[in-house]
Amino acid sequence: MSASLATVSYLGATILFILCLGGLSNQETARRGNLYGIIGMTIAVLATVFGPRVVAGGLPWIIGAMVVGGAVGLYAARVVKMTQMPELVALMHSMVGLAACLVGFASYIDTSIAYTGAEKAIHEIEIYVGILIGAVTFSGSVIAFGKLSGKIGGKPVLLPGRHFLNLAGLLIVIYFGREFLHAGTIAQGMTPLIVMTIISLLFGVHMVMAIGGADMPVVVSMLNSYSGWAAAATGFMLSNDLLIVTGALVGSSGAILSYIMCNAMNRNFLSVIAGGFGSDGGAPAPAASGSVQPAGEVVAVSATETADLLREAKNVIIVPGYGMAVAQAQHTVYEITEYLREKGVNVRFGIHPVAGRMPGHMNVLLAEAKVPYDIVFEMDELNEDFPETDVAMVIGANDIVNPAAQEDPASPIAGMPVLEVWKAKTSIVMKRSMASGYAGVDNPLFYKDNNRMLFGDAKKMLEEVFVALKAAE
Amino acid sequence: MSLCIGVPREIFPGEKRVATVPEVVEKLIKLGFKVAIESGAGEHANFSDDTYRAAGAEVVADAPTLWATSDIVFKVRAPSDEEVALLREGGALISFVWPAQHPDLMQKLAARKATVLAIDCLPRLLSRAQKMDALTSMNGISGYRAVIEAANAFGRFFNGQMTAAGKVPPAKVFIAGAGVAGLAAIGTAANLGAIVRANDTRAEVADQVKSLGGEFVKVDYEEDGSGGGGYAKVMSEGFQQAQREMYAKQAREVDIIITTALIPGKPAPKLITAEMVQSMKPGSVIVDMAGEQGGNCELTEPGKAVVKHGVTIIGYTDLPSRLAKQASTAYANNLLRLTEELCKSKDGQINVNMEDDAIRGLTVIKEGAITWPAPPLKQPAPPPAAKPAAEAPVVVKKAQGHGHGGSSEAMPAGKAAVFFGIGAILFWLVGAFAPEAFLGHFTVFVLACFVGYMVVWNVKPALHTPLMSVTNAVSSIIAIGALVQIAPPLSGGGDRPDDLIRWLALGAIVLSTINMFGGFAVTRRMLEMFRK
Repeated sequence: MSASLATVSYLGATILFILCLGGLSNQETARRGNLYGIIGMTIAVLATVFGPRVVAGGLPWIIGAMVVGGAVGLYAARVVKMTQMPELVALMHSMVGLAACLVGFASYIDTSIAYTGAEKAIHEIEIYVGILIGAVTFSGSVIAFGKLSGKIGGKPVLLPGRHFLNLAGLLIVIYFGREFLHAGTIAQGMTPLIVMTIISLLFGVHMVMAIGGADMPVVVSMLNSYSGWAAAATGFMLSNDLLIVTGALVGSSGAILSYIMCNAMNRNFLSVIAGGFGSDGGAPAPAASGSVQPAGEVVAVSATETADLLREAKNVIIVPGYGMAVAQAQHTVYEITEYLREKGVNVRFGIHPVAGRMPGHMNVLLAEAKVPYDIVFEMDELNEDFPETDVAMVIGANDIVNPAAQEDPASPIAGMPVLEVWKAKTSIVMKRSMASGYAGVDNPLFYKDNNRMLFGDAKKMLEEVFVALKAAE
Repeated sequence: MSLCIGVPREIFPGEKRVATVPEVVEKLIKLGFKVAIESGAGEHANFSDDTYRAAGAEVVADAPTLWATSDIVFKVRAPSDEEVALLREGGALISFVWPAQHPDLMQKLAARKATVLAIDCLPRLLSRAQKMDALTSMNGISGYRAVIEAANAFGRFFNGQMTAAGKVPPAKVFIAGAGVAGLAAIGTAANLGAIVRANDTRAEVADQVKSLGGEFVKVDYEEDGSGGGGYAKVMSEGFQQAQREMYAKQAREVDIIITTALIPGKPAPKLITAEMVQSMKPGSVIVDMAGEQGGNCELTEPGKAVVKHGVTIIGYTDLPSRLAKQASTAYANNLLRLTEELCKSKDGQINVNMEDDAIRGLTVIKEGAITWPAPPLKQPAPPPAAKPAAEAPVVVKKAQGHGHGGSSEAMPAGKAAVFFGIGAILFWLVGAFAPEAFLGHFTVFVLACFVGYMVVWNVKPALHTPLMSVTNAVSSIIAIGALVQIAPPLSGGGDRPDDLIRWLALGAIVLSTINMFGGFAVTRRMLEMFRK
């Protein structure tokens, strides 16, 4: 295959990737979008393998590696549970990051293409930056994976003077960058390169460790963005436009997602990245106690009473949160929904943008449980409907339904958009205990007069509610 | 020492309700109170003394003893002069009072140094007060009863039927005023199978009327009658003219008219004139629920059912009392909720907390001092406005590290200028120092960022997880980088460490293909789950 043909194939692949992302704008075209992505990727790989840059001798190696990787990937995709999606995605990001590092190193020691002058300097900067981003993505994603799968505690780990640590790291990286550029031989350049890689790895660990569990959606989408930038940097170092374009597409999409998530939490992007909740105001606990303590008492109800409330309701809005994912309760939620809908109850779902541990997490879980997507709504679509709602059922969510965000300017989550469940005639909050959410903020919702608490494991309680609903016939 | 709640028998002629029921007695005792009830108090509402005793109440033989021993008295109707005289000095009373209509009663109660909570003075707009809103529960019951009274006086079925004996047309019911009572009447009449029409000067209730199965009849005149507090206001002359025409038309067409129109502090508006009554079909029924305030119909005789021009006009003023058991239970529950508010510590003591908006509104006399009317409710502070401006710098800062990741559409002019300024400097630096080959790639890169930006904004939030997994799969395009390293042609330089590079590249290929296959497969799996 000639060089021109390979370039044209790359162009085709690029267009298919753009169509792929564009296709995801709604559910009907999303499947086709995914197909475009697969075709684009196939074209890109084939055009490369049979293109001018690969000789026939490399084919067995390539095929072998791809068969191994493909088998592992397909297996993982088949066995993963939908509740584990965030972990899987984080783990996959780490692979892109690591791959970017390996390609960077390989490219550095590759002497087959000689550069001189400014070109050489730029090429080396590209390698340096590419490995840096790759390493941060890799270690950050591994930590994110650990946090999401519960192997590492979800609480932010805040080292003293962490901003200075980061700054010092940055200065060292810049210093060794200079050294690297001035290195005469490859062997001389290796030391600064490895030092920088280690610092980048540490930086990735440090960055994600400092971020609390509730900010995980931002982290996951941010790492997604990084993996794209890593691919783009690799593209620069190899002078490959396809890599640049694709990397930039992925990078900017991840950046936008992070931005959307930050908006949803009314948080500054930088303060999320810099780590820790309320990083400017000290630890979360004093911030919470400084604000107005909710007054009143909590009214607990039983599953049977919940069933009674649901049966008498005409309009029900269900607000799922991470607790539903943890308890794997989505199927029971669907059974209840189905039952109520047959009885003519208007059941809808209200999804907060940061519910769960990654963007759109709740939608995927509900889709897995076969909840039709036309009764699943975004926060903005149904927030005005709560006053006409008879029962708002909150399943394992806390901060996203906290009225303090609107009512208490001193609250650490003040100004964060929330689902206004307290405006419903009755709200039922299902929780394991009275513990506060990830933000460490007490929730005045629990103390409202029209709120009822249903304590227990979400799945178990919902099953009891379902039994009680059916028993009443 | 826990307080004693006393419930006397209602002495108003024809009043069948009672202020508490056995079921609620138990709950009051759980709150720490003692409950005493006058013998025979629940008789007309089908609650015997024995059921009260079984619930834990003490049954007291006569009214004077009961009043004398009670710290708090629960009543339905406002107390008579004799009852006021029985009220203990410094005691508490909770009942309907209507302070505006009964100024002398207020004076007398104040003279007893009493604390009086008038259940009719509840600030009804307060959502947490709804559970104590006895007016709403009584009005709902009245609305139901009004339809039952109408059905009783009406000589036909409500629902249309095709029987062997011939066709029966459904009854047509017109309901004037869609407040709580009106809505209850609409629901009840619709459930009996009648064709229900309703009108209200407040246009916003049209949906509520429809939701209960009624048809909203508009007055052909533009004016909204919301008078604040959920009540209606007096309408303009032009509107009233149009309204009269509409009523006249309805009167000719329908079989039953139920009127519920009240304006606070004013006599009930006369909606149905004598001519309209004449124009109705013989055997028709009018239920006038505004009888107590003079009636909505000119021919209404409050408290009685009369037949005029062949039309039965029912002006009963005791509709809730005619459903005594239901009304007593609802009222007792309203008072229970109020008691819970007064006794948050559950120790049988009450705290009339004047800081609490609901309790402040209810309390018309506090320890002998008249506190009625309560000041208007403070409006809750509006939620803090969103801060679109503060979001803009996020993008600016984010963009610096990665060329131009994107921009925000709502950026203030000053920030935009800074943003473009920085952008221009960066571009100038790149243009000044970078070689031409780099610039080609740079162009592609920046444009691709913008394409990504434009495309991704359209993605639905519901699809964010599939988007992430697909972009993740797409980012395994990095495999291309590894592929070209494995076996490049012209590996002329003799010192190229082929083996090392090959192993590094192989590692990268394995990793990125895991991602590639895994990412696309899992996206596919997810997308297949989304269904309508």
